[in-house]
Amino acid sequence: MKKGRVEFWNGNIACAEGAIAAGCRFFAGYPITPSSEILEHMAKRMPEVGGVFIQMEDELAAIAAVIGASWGGVKAMTATSGPGFSLMQEGIGYACMTETPCVIVDVQRAGPSTGQATKAAQGDVMQARWGTHGDHEIIALAPNSPQEMFDLTVRAFNLSEMYRVPVIVLADEIVAHMWEKVRIPDDIEIVNRRKPSRPDEQIFGHELDTGVPPMPAFGEGYNLLVTGSTHDGYGFRKTADPLVHRKLVTRLVNKIRKNAEKIVDFEIYGCDPEDAEVMVVSYGCTSRSADEAVRQALEEGIKAINFRLRTIWPFPEKALRELAERVKLIVVPEMNLGQLYFEVERVACGRCPVILVSRIGGGEMVRPQDILRELRRA
Amino acid sequence: MKEHFAIKYLRREILPTVFCPGCGNGIVINCFLKAVSDLGYEDLSGFAFVSGIGCASWCISPYFKADTLHTLHGRPIAFATGLKLARPDLQVVVISGDGDLAGIGGNHLIHAARRNMDLLVICINNLNYGMTGGQVSPTTPENVTTTTSPYGNIEPPFRLAELVAAAGANLSARWTTYHVGQIISTIKKGLKKEGFRFIEVISQCPTNFGRRIGIDKPPDLVKWIRSICTVKKENSNEKLRLGIICERYRPGYVSVLKSLMERVRGEG
Ligand SMILES: Cc1ncc(C[n+]2csc(CCOP(=O)(O)OP(=O)(O)O)c2C)c(N)n1
Ligand code: SF4
Repeated sequence: MKKGRVEFWNGNIACAEGAIAAGCRFFAGYPITPSSEILEHMAKRMPEVGGVFIQMEDELAAIAAVIGASWGGVKAMTATSGPGFSLMQEGIGYACMTETPCVIVDVQRAGPSTGQATKAAQGDVMQARWGTHGDHEIIALAPNSPQEMFDLTVRAFNLSEMYRVPVIVLADEIVAHMWEKVRIPDDIEIVNRRKPSRPDEQIFGHELDTGVPPMPAFGEGYNLLVTGSTHDGYGFRKTADPLVHRKLVTRLVNKIRKNAEKIVDFEIYGCDPEDAEVMVVSYGCTSRSADEAVRQALEEGIKAINFRLRTIWPFPEKALRELAERVKLIVVPEMNLGQLYFEVERVACGRCPVILVSRIGGGEMVRPQDILRELRRA
Repeated sequence: MKEHFAIKYLRREILPTVFCPGCGNGIVINCFLKAVSDLGYEDLSGFAFVSGIGCASWCISPYFKADTLHTLHGRPIAFATGLKLARPDLQVVVISGDGDLAGIGGNHLIHAARRNMDLLVICINNLNYGMTGGQVSPTTPENVTTTTSPYGNIEPPFRLAELVAAAGANLSARWTTYHVGQIISTIKKGLKKEGFRFIEVISQCPTNFGRRIGIDKPPDLVKWIRSICTVKKENSNEKLRLGIICERYRPGYVSVLKSLMERVRGEG
């Protein structure tokens, strides 16, 4: 692998630069702490790279403009935090239903409501999963460093283009405002949406229930019918036919669910997973404390691992289930009062006890010693 | 028999439309396509159509044989903004209802006018929320009964064409579905201009509006609509003014953005 270029960036700048590297040429947003640096950086950078930046009148408009731009054939992104993310949910559902590739960055802050607007939290895990109404599947990635703000934003674009699905970069205030070295590889893998090969191809249908149809842009002669209402493979509204709805929504869900193994991405730090006795399941900024806790546990002779999720949704069920089979205890540290914890408990399904280590308020991180204390119990 | 001029712009396989008999939506479709035909467009390939949710939003989707984006309730202008900026070469047209554009979506309407975003927006203002059963809308006249103003509407309505004119649009006009010739020529004018262009068409919804005010025959409802409007130039407190409310010649957003980009990239 070539060495690439090294920059000193905070997470938000790394995210914006990752988007540009991935080919993003449209950004619409609305100011909100702690994500505003992405908006500000894009305001400066988009014109430089020949892209469009627009600050919209609200987040409802920002996500709408992003989806409109994506149908114009341009890779598009928006970035927000808590309250803005809530406002975007209807638009995210529209992007799911119309299979519109786009990237939404949510830099998590303490809620509910305006909560502690400048302070870190991890309270949007379930909103990322279920924030919009109706059956749907989504992809959400959880970076834990400025480097990953760059890398995972690139991956978010690639996944959204590959699966025609909105992808959420679920960051947090700590990762967004942390300054670190970011290495930019010389060659970055870029995925572009598949274009139809025939003029009569179905843009919203596929013979496989896991299939991703091709996507042309507006102005290419396809007479596109794009609608968030239930539609057939050609886009015609079918708002009463049970079979059309069943077929469409099942495919929208299955194209992510049944491809989950290809999408999930995690990292294991610690002892040989075969020997592990205790396991931390972590993501985002909290995973940094988890790594430290595991390092100290190993020093104390505790056979520990940190299973760090870089993809939160879809959830890495298979890998986690196998590990839960082996370990005696799972510890889930989160900056919320239990969100991913319940998902881990569901997958562990009584194979071993699952303990939640929470810390909320003031943007204070879960500390390594809080995790270590639980690891020592096993 | 000679084919109707509009057929070539429509998806003929799904005609007739689902609109109620006597609905004004068909008149607006006809006017738009006549304007397009008069201007010599063979097809709609240079256009992109965007709508929200409501009866009016169904004019373009699925009937227009063109690229159509049928979006969320209230948001078509915001979707259209992204689409236009991604594809400035396309003539982006929004056709939607009063509830959609001025109620839930009112913020996008005034901001797009302020930005002078290069969109042609046609608001079919049937003075109520038609699709959901005839509730009061931000344009329902005072004292009128609807399903959610059963004792008469106590709220003053927005005057959309004036609102949009005040917000900065390059063109803002109001007609009723009776004024077919004027609508066509205003659409033609709009299609030739840049920036934000807004045409409000006061339209009849016999099913959910007319019926509730005791005027269920479409021609009678059109007459009633004419009676609440005036072609006189001076502002009237009682009546809605018809005609061109404002015309400006400011550069549209796309050309302003283009010069910014040239400046930043040192090409200007
Ligand atoms: C967020 C949201 N709120 C409410 C609705 C329900 N809804 C559908 S159409 C409509 C009103 C449409 O009225 P208007 O825009 O005036 O169009 P018309 O049907 O009168 O042509 C409403 C409220 C919705 N689809 N989405
Ligand atoms: S309900 Fe009203 S607006 Fe809707 S189609 Fe019928 S007449 Fe037209």
